[in-house]
Amino acid sequence: MVYFPHRHLLGIKDLKEQDITVLLDKADEAVQLSRQRDKRSSVLRGMTQINLFFEASTRTQSSFELAGKRLGADVMNMSVANSSVKKGETLIDTAMTLNAMHPDVLVVRHASAGAAALLAQKVSCSVINAGDGQHEHPTQALLDALTIRRAKGKLSRIIVAICGDVLHSRVARSNILLLNAMGARVRVVAPATLLPSGISDMCAEVYHSMEEGLKDADVVMMLRLQRERMSGSFVPSIREYFHYYGLDAQKLKAAKDDALVMHPGPMNRGVEISSDVADGPQSVIESQVEMGVAVRMAVMETLLTQTQGPAQGQTRGASR
Amino acid sequence: MTAPVLLTNLRILDPSRNLDEMGGLLMADGRIVAAGANARNQGAPEGTEIRDCSGLVAVPGLVDAQVFVGEPGNEYRETIESASRAAAAGGITSFITMPDTNPVIDDIALVEFVQKTARDKALVNVYPSAALTKGLLGKEMTEFGLLSAAGAVSFTNGRSPVDDTMVLRRAMTYAREFNAIIACETRDPYLGGGVMNSGVLASWLGLSGIPREAEIIPLERDLRVAEMTGGAYHASRLSVPGSAAAVAQARQRGVKVTCGISINNLTLNENDIGEYRTFFKLYPPLRGEDDRVSMVEALKNGTIDIIVSSHDPQDVDTKRVPFADAADGAVGLETMLAAALRLYHSGGIDLMRLIDAMSTRPAAIFGLDAGTLKPGAKADITLIDLDYPWIVSKDDLVSRSKNTPFDNARFTGRAVQTYVRGLRVHSV
Repeated sequence: MVYFPHRHLLGIKDLKEQDITVLLDKADEAVQLSRQRDKRSSVLRGMTQINLFFEASTRTQSSFELAGKRLGADVMNMSVANSSVKKGETLIDTAMTLNAMHPDVLVVRHASAGAAALLAQKVSCSVINAGDGQHEHPTQALLDALTIRRAKGKLSRIIVAICGDVLHSRVARSNILLLNAMGARVRVVAPATLLPSGISDMCAEVYHSMEEGLKDADVVMMLRLQRERMSGSFVPSIREYFHYYGLDAQKLKAAKDDALVMHPGPMNRGVEISSDVADGPQSVIESQVEMGVAVRMAVMETLLTQTQGPAQGQTRGASR
Repeated sequence: MTAPVLLTNLRILDPSRNLDEMGGLLMADGRIVAAGANARNQGAPEGTEIRDCSGLVAVPGLVDAQVFVGEPGNEYRETIESASRAAAAGGITSFITMPDTNPVIDDIALVEFVQKTARDKALVNVYPSAALTKGLLGKEMTEFGLLSAAGAVSFTNGRSPVDDTMVLRRAMTYAREFNAIIACETRDPYLGGGVMNSGVLASWLGLSGIPREAEIIPLERDLRVAEMTGGAYHASRLSVPGSAAAVAQARQRGVKVTCGISINNLTLNENDIGEYRTFFKLYPPLRGEDDRVSMVEALKNGTIDIIVSSHDPQDVDTKRVPFADAADGAVGLETMLAAALRLYHSGGIDLMRLIDAMSTRPAAIFGLDAGTLKPGAKADITLIDLDYPWIVSKDDLVSRSKNTPFDNARFTGRAVQTYVRGLRVHSV
């Protein structure tokens, strides 16, 4: 048994290089399991997993559901995305209600940054952050890392260009943290309106041109541009955005010949990525989905079968 | 009638006379008879109660110019009475209430309600400020003349800035005739729509930022309007050096401007937010350490006139939610002095300036009968033990709300006795 001193997975920020390696190694095993005819393991038999999604999500939720089922857990889905009740007010109450049902792990997605950490303080089970506002989405960064590591054999000293709406992206934040922890070089490529304030101090090299930002990159990671941000408020139009920042075959030439093309999904074809690139030989977008299930299996198995270390969520944010 | 009281063997510190000496303080009939070295020789009248106060400092009772209360409307958070008890515990003998209540204090009857409630129930002096615009909506001005006559000591739009420059201009022009002071928050609603200080910390936390300019730009507008109208303007709580610079420049142009700062912005910074600690979600937001240090300097050199507690009681319903959804504000009446003494102990501000900023100066700006230990003045006195060590526990707070950013903070120094009109309303 390996040492993993965390009770929750709230963000990549709390993880050290060896923690990440533990999870990725475990995920490699889960990939093997998932490719067998009998995909069931029983390590979590008898345990209850609740997926609590305050924000609609098909992909992440089903990925977590499948991961839990393959490990033998009982999985329950709670979608409260369309509830008319104001989100902030129901968060704690919903959590307490679910907590009374004695789940072993709570998978939470919420539109507010810090929501998963807040829940972790109030419940007695492990909490996995499946995306909190614009803060973090740790399992996405882990599955991206697994995809890269399996394709490139390593994470250190590779160049990863993260392109697009970094400002609003929890995927970008988690990836920047994880890739830096593993010794990769991270670039961000975006128009200045889609970069967070202080980005130059966030362990990433900043580029405003795809040609320069993609030069010699080993990995090109595209981010989704939310529809409501496309016209006028952050960028003038879809047309202009695609012209300068959409990934097409021409722009991809700047990267290394064997550069991987990644996207967390769901894709806006013709906005941030062209179809020929998304479906082309360098694309590992489908592989990312497969790795997603494996990484989530690894995370849940590691959290739930560890001799539990110090509970990270309880040592923080005492006063609310 | 109570017997005269003589406090002896204490240090008398009175910014109104720039006096700092060992001596005594004699009070009778709710007034100060003598305070200073000469009070010892004066001889006390027959029947005087003599209290030995060795090791303590007597200062004019503190004046807090910005206190949000929950009465009327949100009494479960704080009443005028509970706020007054918290004030007494913090050495504050006078405070100004903000009009952000439900209903908004924008009518004579409501000003009178606050005054009557205070008269009947409060341990300390309570002065209402009235809304600058009806319902704080920023559209129509309130009855400055009648409200002033009823006892409103200033006009403010509370937490909400006045968007319409023309409304502000007319209000300031009209208010000038009544010598009314207008106190404003400066927050650009568009640029300042975020939830914490803009910067790399907010970016990592995934929280939207409030840039410094969101405070400076509307402040500069307001200062130009004050200049244009000749009215007296008070910037309620500033948080960034750019704002202090704007005030200093306006003064050079002859604008009648004063300004304040929240104790929180002088003693805390954005790092205290840690992992989404909502008790540190404030307005103005906690800024960077460089900003804080510059603001301490601006307080020291007098660019910033006064310190306010910015007391803003909030309950779990508004604070135990995700950070972005949480209400702004922290209670502060009980901890303002102790927190400010951190600046004396290690921030390089002398005690005279500090007490001036928390008593004499705010009393002068808002025209209150307070802020001095001169003979004949109301006997509102705070006795401070500068070296008293204590740890804040939110369970010990007198305030009805417990949203203090100083929970478990270690302080050196506190108000050990508070006198209002000669009566001891608090003692440790």
